[in-house]
Amino acid sequence: MKNALISGLIALVLALPLAGLVTTPDQSLHLVLVFHPLPVAAITLGAFLAQLALGLLHRIKLPPLPMPRVAGLALWGLPVVALLPLLGGRRGLDIGLLVLTYMMLATGLNIVVGLAGLLDLGYVAFYAIGAYATALLTTAAGFGFWTALPVAGLMAAMAGLLLGIPVLRLRGDYLAIVTLGFGEIVRVVLLNWQSLTNGANGIIGVPYPRFFGLDFTRFGHDSVFRAFGLPFWPLARPVWFYLLALGLTLAANLVVARLRRAPIGRAWEALREDEIAARALGLDPVKLKLGAFASGAFFAGLAGAFFAARQGFVSPDSFTFSESALVLAIVVMGGAGRQIGVVWAAIVMIGGFELVRDFAQYRMLVFGAALIFIAVVRPGGLFALRLPSVRLRS
Amino acid sequence: MMPLLEIEDVCLRFGGVTALDRVSFAIARGKIAALIGPNGAGKTSLFNCITGFYRPTSGVVRLRDGDGTRELQLMAQTEIAAQARLARSFQNIRLFGAMSCLENLLVAQYRRHAPGALPSVLGLRRARAREMAAVERGRALLARFGLETVADDRADSLPYGAQRRLEIARALASEPVLLCLDEPAAGLNEHESAALAERLEGLRADGLSVLLIEHDMGLVMRIADQVIVLDQGRKIADGPPAQVKHDPKVIAAYLGEET
Amino acid sequence: MLSSRLHDLTRLPLAYALQQLINGLTLGMVYGLIAVGYSLVYGIVGMINFAHGDVFMVGSFLALIALLAFGGFPVPLALALALLVTLALCGLLGFAIERVAYRPLNRSHRLAPLISAIGVSIVLQNAMQLLQGARMKPIAPVIGGGMNLLTQGSFAARLSYAQLAIIGVTLLVLAGASLLIRRTDLGRAMRAVEQDRMMAALLGIDTGRTISLAFVLGAALAGIAGLMFLVYYGVIDFFMGFEAGIKAFTAAVLGGIGSIEGAVLGGLLIGLIETFWSGYGSAAYKDAAAFSVLILVLMFRPQGLLGQKTAEKV
Repeated sequence: MKNALISGLIALVLALPLAGLVTTPDQSLHLVLVFHPLPVAAITLGAFLAQLALGLLHRIKLPPLPMPRVAGLALWGLPVVALLPLLGGRRGLDIGLLVLTYMMLATGLNIVVGLAGLLDLGYVAFYAIGAYATALLTTAAGFGFWTALPVAGLMAAMAGLLLGIPVLRLRGDYLAIVTLGFGEIVRVVLLNWQSLTNGANGIIGVPYPRFFGLDFTRFGHDSVFRAFGLPFWPLARPVWFYLLALGLTLAANLVVARLRRAPIGRAWEALREDEIAARALGLDPVKLKLGAFASGAFFAGLAGAFFAARQGFVSPDSFTFSESALVLAIVVMGGAGRQIGVVWAAIVMIGGFELVRDFAQYRMLVFGAALIFIAVVRPGGLFALRLPSVRLRS
Repeated sequence: MMPLLEIEDVCLRFGGVTALDRVSFAIARGKIAALIGPNGAGKTSLFNCITGFYRPTSGVVRLRDGDGTRELQLMAQTEIAAQARLARSFQNIRLFGAMSCLENLLVAQYRRHAPGALPSVLGLRRARAREMAAVERGRALLARFGLETVADDRADSLPYGAQRRLEIARALASEPVLLCLDEPAAGLNEHESAALAERLEGLRADGLSVLLIEHDMGLVMRIADQVIVLDQGRKIADGPPAQVKHDPKVIAAYLGEET
Repeated sequence: MLSSRLHDLTRLPLAYALQQLINGLTLGMVYGLIAVGYSLVYGIVGMINFAHGDVFMVGSFLALIALLAFGGFPVPLALALALLVTLALCGLLGFAIERVAYRPLNRSHRLAPLISAIGVSIVLQNAMQLLQGARMKPIAPVIGGGMNLLTQGSFAARLSYAQLAIIGVTLLVLAGASLLIRRTDLGRAMRAVEQDRMMAALLGIDTGRTISLAFVLGAALAGIAGLMFLVYYGVIDFFMGFEAGIKAFTAAVLGGIGSIEGAVLGGLLIGLIETFWSGYGSAAYKDAAAFSVLILVLMFRPQGLLGQKTAEKV
């Protein structure tokens, strides 16, 4: 109670100027202060109640989740969720594709952060490289989506190697900042390399993936509908793209889940747990980290290709630090390392985000608060429980 | 017979501080050698020079193995572990805490026995067979160290004594030609210490060579074939335990300068 | 004719360079003030306080509100009051952030502090956007005038009184902070906790309070930087904390994280690099310049310019 009062008081003192005195332009566009009492009261009361609730929460002990059962449910729930976008019409498919894009991103970052324990805050750079590679290859070099996709992945992986070679010797926090810097450099370059990237205007006209060489136009000689004698269905194109992205994301998940159980996955985890001990066993940290970095970047490149094709255009605005933060949050909430957790975190966070799009102003606020809450209350992530990659006793 | 490991005139300086001052000795194959000395004598520094964590300022660390002679001071640390096959434990235990005991031993086999990433992701039969062989070797080692029942438990959930054993088992899983143990008996009770001595003797009987740093004199005198004494970065004695025990320089070093 | 061209080329660049130097130093002072906060917290808790740049942003909003509120007073008084308000409230904000987002964290999870800090950063940015609006906030010049230092032809290198005030006040504040850390018990406690938290606690130092103090001090300095920024540029927005924060962190690392002098030196260097880069090269890539420098520094001198190399303990 005393704590709650203090919290309320601090909130009041801070909110009084920041929320109460709103800088508003007058007729001559000079800023003047306008007093708004309501937000001040709301913030003060909010802080008071939140502190009160936290105090209560400390008193009740929450029972631990029955993890194996939750994991089972999580696995079997996936097919149901995967079908949802198909029932949601255009918007449903669009959200579904977005969720898959982030799932792909989080799958890749999970290798880097979750398994190898490398804090990469510039992951968005590889996503951007994948997206721009796809956009440029399809619009300027005559590639189709299918040929552009692996190239986008490989180019991102190459960028991962190029960045990794100089910086992977750095210790954790420094690595985080350097990768953050790299992410910004890539964005600045995309913004300013007018002749290649068209600067802030971006690149338009990225095509959707075709269906074995056929397109989803109503008429035209290469129309899918004409070729198969089917009636025109406007959703066919997004449905096809969704299923395709679903398949690729599933495959990526499977690969990463297997990597975790493979010797290299264990080597990455060993590096995360204790680099000195790992070196003493002959594990080469630089090589392993480069491998993690490049394979993580590869998946980001694939996600970038999805993104470019889904949007139809790319511009530097889409590749800001907040994307890196979002993907990192998915990985951490998913319980760094666990693939199924990451999948669900992507569904909940991105899907949930899109559903409350109308409250865009507040959703970021809630997102930020949720990050703090998770970090404090469940730092291992919502779905955290590490299972051994092999068991002696079954 | 040629010695397994030869240390020649090894010096190690940090800035103005001389941690090791022209230390030379040799240890034989299939024996247990113990490195002793008062605190700050340079034991761990020497250990770090041998295992590649530090590069000696000057001097030679030579390892003669079946397939040739290697100068370790020229090699990268990971190569010393992987090619020269030196394995070590740490004074303050360093396990992969979140991983299971068995996984700890599998990581140790990574350089010698792991299939490539691609075959294992594709689940090729050859990769699976290698993985199973590695698991079997791990299981056998865990059994030997009395850890089979906790094989699937997190390494950091084990009691202290078991963690020490697991660390030695992990070092052995990398199939070393020389096992270097940094105070393996530290923190163990009498019973555990005796069990450790028995295990080390068992390893020697299998032909393994061991170099250990140890403060527990009882243990050293019981199992060591050779004792090397360091004091203030210099070697002051080297020989069988019975001889070293009565060396006046050693007694002086342990009792202080007043004698 | 040829000689007059030569004359221009050899003389004029001097004034231009002098101007870049003045601008760079001013900007560098602002970065340096923010960088000290990063350095303090990193030195003591070992975490990158990711939200620090946003505390700076909130500080500039506080300064804006205070300057508007005290608009009727004479300028020096209004500035002094704004400085006090910003410093105090930012300090309080730092205190609150530490209590809410960092203190309750379980130390065993390495990623938790960073995630929490990113959360705080997002909350601060979006809260300010919601409360004060997303638009740029311009303000009429608070301190006008200046002096011409060097005139060459049509170009004059000018030191504005605003710049003079910023450089002067920053030096004073930094001297004060340095004194606080070197000479007072609080400062000694901070340095002790920085060296060895466990040992400090055993010696009876209240480590919790010391950590809290580092946050408060860092936030207060960031608040002052916010005021400086507002006075210098005359326009702020809710998003500016991110970029300034990253550059200031770069400055802290460049100078050697954990060292106050290093943070200031790093800030000045980043400020200078940025201004000279835009003055002589392309303004478009100026943000990339600071990061490129950071990456190079970390590759070749990871302990920073004034930092000490720490040996790996086995």
